[in-house]
Amino acid sequence: MSSPKARFDPAEASKFFTKHGHSGWLGLRYRDHGENWVELELPWREDLLGEEDRAVLASGPIVSLMDMASGMSIWTTEGDFTPIATLDLRVDYQRPAKERAAVIGRVECYRTTKSAAFVRGIAHDGDPEDPVAHVAGVFMTIGRDPRQGKVPMGKDAASSAGTGDE
Amino acid sequence: MSDTQDDPAAALVLPPYARALGVSLHGLEGELPVLTVGFSSVIEGRPGAFHGGATAGLLENAGYAALRAVLVREGRNPQLKPVNITVQFLAAGKQKQTYAVGRITRLGRRNANIAVEAWQDDRERPIATAILNILMAERD
Repeated sequence: MSSPKARFDPAEASKFFTKHGHSGWLGLRYRDHGENWVELELPWREDLLGEEDRAVLASGPIVSLMDMASGMSIWTTEGDFTPIATLDLRVDYQRPAKERAAVIGRVECYRTTKSAAFVRGIAHDGDPEDPVAHVAGVFMTIGRDPRQGKVPMGKDAASSAGTGDE
Repeated sequence: MSDTQDDPAAALVLPPYARALGVSLHGLEGELPVLTVGFSSVIEGRPGAFHGGATAGLLENAGYAALRAVLVREGRNPQLKPVNITVQFLAAGKQKQTYAVGRITRLGRRNANIAVEAWQDDRERPIATAILNILMAERD
């Protein structure tokens, strides 16, 4: 079946995603993408410190950055904006981000199956060879989630599985 | 020797990141702080639902708060450094008040392993769980 629907474009989609909700609040910015990867940037922000007395970004916003880049890498790989839900996300921190540094998250979707998508990536603060963190995650395609028995539609699509966070 | 010893309230000062997210202290389960966050655009992902990163942020803050509470009781005040966090998303976070509490699975001299749960209406049905490994470095 052919469809005239345009391929998912992370640069275009970012214009919307980075203006709303949690991603908008964090100020996430689109940087670059390839066939199966997307790179986003989390700018430095004074009020996202993990500790009162050190100008070092909390680890939480890095999870948000990588979660968002993960979702976008999946849509970029699939070429389609299908509802997905984060099932499991793991972040290993190699070192704190530098003081007052923006953090760049680059995630690739290295495998998709009928109902799951697997991602991995790094977060760095300028030098990709010296990452701040590595990330690995698994997402479920909600519309094709075999646990659900029917294809959910609309805004309740993710009500019984995962976060449907993007 | 920490001057916060015997003062549980001192352990419950949340970091700037938690306050920016809108996370606050709901109460205590024993000595463990229960944190809470209301739904707002700051934590919204897909329209009407929590962003996975915001859920993870609540879990992470509850984990750190639990660890600080236990360390204060022991008279310790180390610098906490994250090693890793693994988050399991179990159900969509809806537009509701959300709670989280962490439990210390193991507290060593240099590292701690913490399990955290977040829930909305039903304490018995978590919407997300996390495991955190945290390094503890003595301050100079």
